[in-house]
Amino acid sequence: MSDTSLPPTERASGAKPSLSKSSLSRRRFLNLAGIGAGAAVAGGGAALAAPAAGTPDPNIVPVPDWTKTLGAPVNENPYGKPSVFEKDVVRREVTWLTASSQSSVSFTPLYALDSVITPNGLCFVRHHGGQAEIEPDKYRLMIHGLVDKPLVFTLEDLKRMPGRVNRAYFLECAANSGMEWRGAQLNGCQFTHGMIHNLFYTGVPLKTLLDMAGVNPKGKWVLAEGADAAVMTRSIPLEKAMNDCLVAFGMNGEALRPEQGYPVRLVVPGWEGNMWVKWLRRLKVGDQPWQQREETSKYTDLLADGRSRRFTFVMDAKSVVTSPSPQAPLKHKGPNVLSGIAWSGRGTISRVDVSLDGGRNWTTARIDGPALPMSMTRFYLDFDWAGQELMVQSRAMDDTGYVQPTKQELRAIRGTNSIYHNNGIQTWLVRSNGETENVEVG
Amino acid sequence: MWKSAETLLASALLAGALAVSGMAVADPQPGKPAAKAEKDKTDKARQAVNVAAPAATAPAAAKAIALGRPALQEEIAAWNIDVRADGEGLPPGKGSVKEGEELFLQNCAQCHGEFGEGAGRWPVLAGGRGTLKSERPEKTIGSFWPYASTVYDYVHRAMPFGSNLSLTPDQTYAIVAYLLNLNDLVAEDFVLSKDNFPKVDLPNEANFYDDDRETSEKAFWKKNPCMKDCSGEVHVTARAQILNVTPDGDPPKGNLE
Repeated sequence: MSDTSLPPTERASGAKPSLSKSSLSRRRFLNLAGIGAGAAVAGGGAALAAPAAGTPDPNIVPVPDWTKTLGAPVNENPYGKPSVFEKDVVRREVTWLTASSQSSVSFTPLYALDSVITPNGLCFVRHHGGQAEIEPDKYRLMIHGLVDKPLVFTLEDLKRMPGRVNRAYFLECAANSGMEWRGAQLNGCQFTHGMIHNLFYTGVPLKTLLDMAGVNPKGKWVLAEGADAAVMTRSIPLEKAMNDCLVAFGMNGEALRPEQGYPVRLVVPGWEGNMWVKWLRRLKVGDQPWQQREETSKYTDLLADGRSRRFTFVMDAKSVVTSPSPQAPLKHKGPNVLSGIAWSGRGTISRVDVSLDGGRNWTTARIDGPALPMSMTRFYLDFDWAGQELMVQSRAMDDTGYVQPTKQELRAIRGTNSIYHNNGIQTWLVRSNGETENVEVG
Repeated sequence: MWKSAETLLASALLAGALAVSGMAVADPQPGKPAAKAEKDKTDKARQAVNVAAPAATAPAAAKAIALGRPALQEEIAAWNIDVRADGEGLPPGKGSVKEGEELFLQNCAQCHGEFGEGAGRWPVLAGGRGTLKSERPEKTIGSFWPYASTVYDYVHRAMPFGSNLSLTPDQTYAIVAYLLNLNDLVAEDFVLSKDNFPKVDLPNEANFYDDDRETSEKAFWKKNPCMKDCSGEVHVTARAQILNVTPDGDPPKGNLE
């Protein structure tokens, strides 16, 4: 009898399905193994818990209880949740990174995700003054400054606006991989690369609203401001604002989540996540940038010579193998699917190469699913593993001809103090027992 | 009751199915194989996704959209709090280093330290001059920030953490004056005001320059990246596990009760 189902009587009485003690502890072991405590590898392509040859699989004989008893009713969870067996696939914090959990970040569990769209509840979260809770009826968006007609919009106004669009874009924090400038530090792609998500946004082009207000010919920049307790601000060049920015109220078909700026956020395709102001309350047109805190003391790139680049908005082409990775070790010899993501703020991912020997030799990976401009692209490499040590890398290329650099190439130009825009090639060391670690190679 | 509701539902589903199949019958173009038509459709859809926004909104510009309303001057004034590097946006007011010291000790020192040296992981605000090229640069107002206007804007906008937008203009001027004094940029008897603000320069301003990656990192645009025998023997040079700073495998409280 399976240890994951309840006796039929309990099921029938409407008790919630839950995990028995023994299965919890087994899952807990697997999870710990996945996090890097060492993973057991089964040889010859056999499943982890396979029975001896010739012995019937206890998951087949006898027929499992879930096949013989009624399950939960249709609306047990009016808002659906993942399977209880996926409860460890959650955002995680690195508490030592920041002084306060209101001005902090939680990371997307990339190691457990596939395809190209990030589930709404798993999108990484970065706040600077906690999560604002805004009543939709009281939401207002103001446009003023160098415009003919300063305007105020309600959420209903935005939802009635002609020309609504749906666009898939990645949002990457400029500090993604920022902890890795001086060397391999965090052991898992959730932490090294998890400040990214990729969503379908629903909203109206920012151009529509700016045109309604009538931008003065002297207008060159737009200040976007949030309604949270950080009153987050960024200066955005007018050209970008008029080109492809969106004022979005939907993500993946539903309303924005509170932690993503409900009810309205700015979408700035291909550019660093900090500019995608959440809880957007104000857009001001001006003739020069405002030199706000987040574009001077932060989100500028300090180089080795002590000088700093500013307005480094675009996110360069980057990729990472999400499986295998430290939280998703190899568990089987024989056939395996290497899976990863690639993206570029400059355009469309045109190719991804994968190396299993630390960058000496490369194989072009198979891209599957949509490869859209400024959107996350999924790649795979189907490979046979004989149990040898691997040094796994991926290298993204975009349609401008940009090739993701090695960490050494990046450091040679920028040094190690720039915090932001680290798009260097990641290396995972896969040991012969399948355990996988974040390493650097040379 | 139940029965009729079920019947209604069933006929609604059936009607839906018919409508769908009806469309499928009506649609195919004569002489065009269904598969080819399907592929054309898919290709068109792919191109339509993520196209630049202006193309999609072009018709909207032709006619005024009757949505939104004019913003009132007092509404703009209530939210228009930004201060620019040239001093635009600074409100009338003034504050002294001495007044700022008192306010800073009351409102700011618990996180930033009495002298802006920082407590715990909270930001260091003073000192750090000459460290930007070092292994551990200390990016403070005096060592790194390019504009004093940013300090005024941010202190008023977002500080004190947990009670932002609570400081009056005079209080904000005073705290900024004290921060400039902590960074040895103004004397102890200095009084900062709207009038003398644009004259306060920060030492690191000249060391910022606009994004130049397309020229300084031109080497990253390559025609044919190496595919075979690209390097000599590869060795592990650094390992994350040794540092032991990754949150451990103990699963955090999840989204399931």
